[in-house]
Amino acid sequence: MTLLIQYTLLFASVLLLVALGGCFSERSGIINIGLEGIMVIGALGGALCMKFMPVSLGAPVVIITTLLVSAAAGMIFSLLLAVAAINFKADQTITGTAMNMLATAAATVAVKAMNTAMSGGNDVSSEIAYTSTREMFMIRIGGFTMNWFMVVAVAVLIISWVVLYKTRFGLRLMACGEHPQAADSVGINVYKMRYAGVLISGALGGLGGIVYITAGVNAWKFENGVAGFGFLALAVMIFGAWQPGKIALAALLFGFFRALGNVYTGFDLLMALNVPSVVYNMLPYIISLVVLAFTSRKSRAPKAEGIPYDKGSR
Amino acid sequence: MNKQKQTLKLLRKDGFQTLLASLLCILGGLFIGYLVLLMIEPSGAAEAIKAVVQNFWRYPNQKLQMKYLGQTLVRTAPLLMCALSVLFAYKVGMFNIGAAGQYVAGACACLYAALKWNLPWYLCILIAMAAGALLGALSGLLKTACNVNVVISGIMLNWIALYMTNLILIQVKNPSSPYTKLVRGTNPSALLPSLGLEKLFSNEKSVTIAIPLAVIMALVVWVVLNKTKFGYELKATGLNYNAAKYCGMRENRNIILTMMISGALAGMGASLLYLTGIEEWETTISSVPLMGFNGIAVAFLGGLSPIGSILSAFFIQHITSGGGNVDLQFYCSQISSLIASLIIFMCAFVAFFKFFMQEKIRKHDEKLSAAQAAAAEEGGGKE
Repeated sequence: MTLLIQYTLLFASVLLLVALGGCFSERSGIINIGLEGIMVIGALGGALCMKFMPVSLGAPVVIITTLLVSAAAGMIFSLLLAVAAINFKADQTITGTAMNMLATAAATVAVKAMNTAMSGGNDVSSEIAYTSTREMFMIRIGGFTMNWFMVVAVAVLIISWVVLYKTRFGLRLMACGEHPQAADSVGINVYKMRYAGVLISGALGGLGGIVYITAGVNAWKFENGVAGFGFLALAVMIFGAWQPGKIALAALLFGFFRALGNVYTGFDLLMALNVPSVVYNMLPYIISLVVLAFTSRKSRAPKAEGIPYDKGSR
Repeated sequence: MNKQKQTLKLLRKDGFQTLLASLLCILGGLFIGYLVLLMIEPSGAAEAIKAVVQNFWRYPNQKLQMKYLGQTLVRTAPLLMCALSVLFAYKVGMFNIGAAGQYVAGACACLYAALKWNLPWYLCILIAMAAGALLGALSGLLKTACNVNVVISGIMLNWIALYMTNLILIQVKNPSSPYTKLVRGTNPSALLPSLGLEKLFSNEKSVTIAIPLAVIMALVVWVVLNKTKFGYELKATGLNYNAAKYCGMRENRNIILTMMISGALAGMGASLLYLTGIEEWETTISSVPLMGFNGIAVAFLGGLSPIGSILSAFFIQHITSGGGNVDLQFYCSQISSLIASLIIFMCAFVAFFKFFMQEKIRKHDEKLSAAQAAAAEEGGGKE
């Protein structure tokens, strides 16, 4: 049971971080389909950090550096979307899709090249191991293992809520997603605001990436990307009606179903049902489809999302 | 002067601009791919990028060249079908990223029909199309009835289809490996006929009617989209949903129908690969096959035209197969996927590139007409 709660919280924090990232981007008016790719690149940055940093540096240094590097990696990668969608008015869906493919391919090529070079050609896998440093991220309270990432996720949730609803910046950002022309007419720089939205989503997506790959395992194969988690986060964001509080609840729900796939073997009742494990793997995707089917009718999506802003048009 | 006029006339053509933009995307993708290779290991980079671009030309004698050209073409056929699936939906205003899942469903259906029910090849193709269409219809229905974004539902269905396929195809698995049983050994009647085509390609057994069939489907898609009332209605629905509704078109039916057709095309693509016997389905696979996603690259690189897609499908498959030839001591074959994804990323800029060219031409025209007006005025003053 504790294991189920533990995994639920872990996966929920991944989904929360990434969905909040998507929320910032979409609230500014840019659809970020590329979150999946941003997660991969963030995960790559963080994993490299964890692999190469010596344990002797101490936990705080390692934790903070890993988080910063992941966020920075995600941010840099999200620039691809920002430049294409904001400056060049490119189709946001195509750009995002290309980023997803690009991220997995680039990460695979990079890690394979690194492994090949370091092992002199013996190891051609796309795997990075981070066993020793991963321990540092754990907080043990009795039999319950927590993780620093959960703390980070909660902090990000609170900050996001404050920033979006209580600061000038947040309100302006949301204005750019609803009616950019109106925002521009009162002197808000729409391009800058949209850049801010996309870059924040890059940072949070990158963080989500490193949390995801360190959730249950000590090594990650980058050929697999992040298995559609970026898209699940988008579903969480839609289900959460683009509002941080509701997104948190949605993340818990989806996290629970994802966790079930990892730990169902520990429950006699579920084992007695004798359902193939594949069904548990499918569960989060099926649930998200069903949930979306019921909640998308009255979609409260930002009005101007997906439409490139052109100063000249009315 | 005359020559300049001719080039200008050519530059004005939309098709030519698209071609130019696509070539630019390809060059850009290859160039960045080359830079990446240089960063990994400078000494072999030139050789490696050559391997990617050359693919079958690398082989010394013609016999081998034809054999590997044949294999490339065999994989081009399903890729072209996936591209047709993506572009058909895109013309109706939907981004069918679910083509990958519809492709998987097609693979599942045709292999199950071939190996479990021992059906002949034409029925297997039809069943594969039906499976793809079913998945596509589900996406379309979720869109029209529940307003679920097609991209999101497509992605979710991709994963569901993948896990379902693994679950179902375990029943026709080879007992000693994770792969499905050989179609050639279990049910030869399910293999696509070759009609002697394999003789052209050094008796490469996997060369079948799949290749001409895919090209014919491209032509059919072109005709349907450009020359029929049905295609016109679909495109109208995509351009303006409300206007189409106002004109009395059944807009929701059109959307579901489009997704069904799109799904059927992707599903058929899978049957054109798995019924040639060139490869088997791996029942432990944990990521959605790239074929459907590469279809997106092909469709956009081909300028969203069925005819352009034939060329771009061959190109993308050409470099993907070529990626297998790089020196594995330093590099990995995924360099091709990297180049293909870079190409799609650049395709996002095609609209901007065309806009830029049209602006240039417009400015040029303005200058020309201003000069003509000035000359005419001068002439008028003299009289």
